[in-house]
Amino acid sequence: MLRSFSRTEAWLLLLAAVVGFGVLPALNTFVSPDSFFHVSTFSLSIWGKYLCYAVLALGVNLLWGYTGLLSLGQCLFFSLGGYCLGMYLMLMIGNLGQYKADIPDFMVFLEFPKRFPETGGLPPHWIPFRNFWFAAAAVIWVPALVALSFGYLAFRSRIKGVYFSILSQALTYAASLMFFRNDFTFGGNNGLTDFKFILGYDLNSPSTKRALFICAVALLLGVYMFCRWLTSTKFGLIQRAIRDSENRVLFSGYATAQFKLFVFVLAAVICALGGALFVPLVGIINPSEMAPDKSLEAVVWCAVGGRGALVGPVLGAIGVNSLKSYATHAFAEQWPYILGALFVFVTLFMPKGIVGLPEQWRTFRRGKKTKPEDAPTSTPSTAAKPAAE
Amino acid sequence: MIRLPAPLLVWLLMFLALAGKLHAQQAEGGRAVLVKALLSEDQDEQIQLIQQLVRLRDPLVERGLAAWRQSEVFLLERDGGRVPVVLDVQLDADGKARAIQLLNGEFLKDGSGAELRFAAAELTGAENTSKLRRAIKATMDLYALSDPNEKIRRDAAIKLGQEQNPDYLTVFADRLKEEVSLEVKDALTEAIALTRAADADPTVRIPAIQQLGEMRSINGVGYLQELEAKAKAEPSKYGAETLNAAHTAVVQIQSYQAWGNLLGTAFRGLSLAAVLLVAALGLAITFGLMGVINMAHGEIMMVGAYTAYVVQNVFKSWFGGSGGGFDLYFLFALAVSFVVAGGVGLALERGVIRFLYKRPLESLLATWGVSLLLQQLFRHIFGAANVQVTSPGWLSGSFVFNDVLFAYNRVFVIAFACFIVVATWLLLTRTSLGLQVRAVMQNRAMASCVGVRTDRINMFTFAFGSGLAGMAGACLSQIGNVGPSLGQNYIVDCFMIVVLGGVGSLFGTVFASLGVGITDQILQPWLGAVLGKITVLAAVILFLQWRPAGIFPTRGRSLEG
Repeated sequence: MLRSFSRTEAWLLLLAAVVGFGVLPALNTFVSPDSFFHVSTFSLSIWGKYLCYAVLALGVNLLWGYTGLLSLGQCLFFSLGGYCLGMYLMLMIGNLGQYKADIPDFMVFLEFPKRFPETGGLPPHWIPFRNFWFAAAAVIWVPALVALSFGYLAFRSRIKGVYFSILSQALTYAASLMFFRNDFTFGGNNGLTDFKFILGYDLNSPSTKRALFICAVALLLGVYMFCRWLTSTKFGLIQRAIRDSENRVLFSGYATAQFKLFVFVLAAVICALGGALFVPLVGIINPSEMAPDKSLEAVVWCAVGGRGALVGPVLGAIGVNSLKSYATHAFAEQWPYILGALFVFVTLFMPKGIVGLPEQWRTFRRGKKTKPEDAPTSTPSTAAKPAAE
Repeated sequence: MIRLPAPLLVWLLMFLALAGKLHAQQAEGGRAVLVKALLSEDQDEQIQLIQQLVRLRDPLVERGLAAWRQSEVFLLERDGGRVPVVLDVQLDADGKARAIQLLNGEFLKDGSGAELRFAAAELTGAENTSKLRRAIKATMDLYALSDPNEKIRRDAAIKLGQEQNPDYLTVFADRLKEEVSLEVKDALTEAIALTRAADADPTVRIPAIQQLGEMRSINGVGYLQELEAKAKAEPSKYGAETLNAAHTAVVQIQSYQAWGNLLGTAFRGLSLAAVLLVAALGLAITFGLMGVINMAHGEIMMVGAYTAYVVQNVFKSWFGGSGGGFDLYFLFALAVSFVVAGGVGLALERGVIRFLYKRPLESLLATWGVSLLLQQLFRHIFGAANVQVTSPGWLSGSFVFNDVLFAYNRVFVIAFACFIVVATWLLLTRTSLGLQVRAVMQNRAMASCVGVRTDRINMFTFAFGSGLAGMAGACLSQIGNVGPSLGQNYIVDCFMIVVLGGVGSLFGTVFASLGVGITDQILQPWLGAVLGKITVLAAVILFLQWRPAGIFPTRGRSLEG
């Protein structure tokens, strides 16, 4: 497994681990709040959130960058993971909510005790989520099951390309409509929020936040290393072959549908893990997280950072989100312009994203020496993969 | 015309005779009766007098009754007697108002002729028990029967008919003679029949029941069903004839209702289908024929809708807010929005899409970026709130057929959808331009080899598709809200419809929107709007299992196609 990493990459990973596990938490704990080097607990949670988004971007990249499947519904799996852990956190509030009842607040004001009198208002499928380990397992198997059934149907009938994108978008759209309904028992449009405890620890204490941040770093590094390993195996080779010419792979005797299904389920689980950690860090999950535009945004992170390279989506997710946090503070009105322009610019002029810039620069320089008429605007068409045969 | 059964005619004649007596009372004047009722000490007499007032309508009487019900009629001690007054609406600086005498409508004056003023808080209102209030309400309800507004008259007739109070029969008959509107006449006849259907005398009851059945009285079906059940339970009390008549009438009405429901569902389904079709047709061209995933399609529709808004404002400043000149604005708006949206589409094609023909997935991302830009731009120019687009006179309103409401704007959208489908089809199949478009879409390289200027054709096709989307937006401005998020509401549906119909097939799009529209309207009464929509989305995904390339797949030899 270690052989999958190049020397530089291994050093960078080590550096990231030292910063993530050691330096940042230490700056938060031991440096006095007045010091310039102090990292506040708030910014630690914000960075934790970005790392969760980076995990989501890695999931999107595994599908789009490595297998050629552009799923516009990955946020559905992200949110499903979030909801599974959110249900556990919701039940851990106990009777400390607004209504001082044994069931979560929204169940009180939606009059669930009348709907589910035999359990005192708690819908039956919520009961096992009192157990953390059940919830943690659900974070994996619920999105996996959804991805398996949707992927099975889609790949079996050989839906691909843009059709797959559109169908996955319809899936997440339908799911968000469903979760917006109050009687779907998941809190309606308010979602799940006001969490208090996780595994008995106070969610609002700095030490818990720190621990969650360290978890996020661990998750991101773990997922990154897993993706690196997977893509360097023979399986990864077939993945890329499917991306570049599915028919040739199919005719060489590989059941591409099963490969694609496996990758789809895997990516769903990766996204769900990111979502599950996102919820305690941010403290809320609601159906707007699975609205179609969120998934599109995740695709943008990938495109900006550079798909097809593992570090690209991580850079993209962290970069675009920190830009967004800054921009929505500094000039909220203009943010959609920036995001929109970024979209157009990146797809037109940076087909390989930030990661691909050095290579693009070299081609540009070489091209200038040999063919002066080769203007930069034509880069996309030269860099484009060969037309569908 | 409604044929009145013989018993009813006889009965009407009876009332004509009664009318003579009524006139005598009219002479006495409603105001006097009202005053008498107010001054009377005996509640039964008061109620009787209030009932008499039904036939003695007069604005002051009406006002007095309304005030009495709210304890705002005051009995003032004057010259040993009591004078009933209401206070004027206009208050002076001290919060006092002049008193209007109910007997003659004049202001109350003191001995020297100066107008007296009172504050409502200082006076106590004339007594009104709950029985009196009920009587007053009944009388005022009956007044609604002679309201100048046709709709209020009709609603009142329907409502009072439901009460089945035999005391009202005389009033209904009086009104029926004077009524000019056919609809209100129907409602009154129905109310009379419904009231008489509750009569204890079978010879009155049975013809009335039969009449209700023949009138297809939807308002009466509830009572008739009840009556049928009661007649079944107690045959001795009602008799077999009543049971039979009630049963026949219920069956008649219900089969009529079923027809109405079917017609209503079909119309609503068709109108939703037309909306979807109009919205998706532009996409069927840009996505279906050209293979460009234009996520900004919804925003181009939004451009069209806002163009309609601007054209409306321009016409408003020229011709004022209504009338012939203003009513024409919508036709101009359709044309202008085609041009404007086509222009936006042209710019989009030249600026972004032409670099991405070989990378469809990336055209999706770039156009989504464009959609964000356009949305924010319009939010900046027109504000985040919805703007008000007034329908021209000939598009507002509706007509009723078989108790189903047909709104003119919906009918227009259906007609418009038919028109643009036919026009697009003609353009694509009957012109040389259409031939070139189809050639480029089928095989760009080959078309280019035989001399088709593919670049031009791409440009034209995309602009045309965008223009259609713009017209769709103008059309939708007559139906729904116009706001910066207009496009977002349709985009998922549009793509689903094009995929379901079969990419590249115009008729597939037509069938798919019909299918989705009608299914949605059939499911909605059972599942509600949101669950219905989700079910339709799920059904489309499952349908694509069976036919992965849609209803009408494009046949070709290309492996990847």
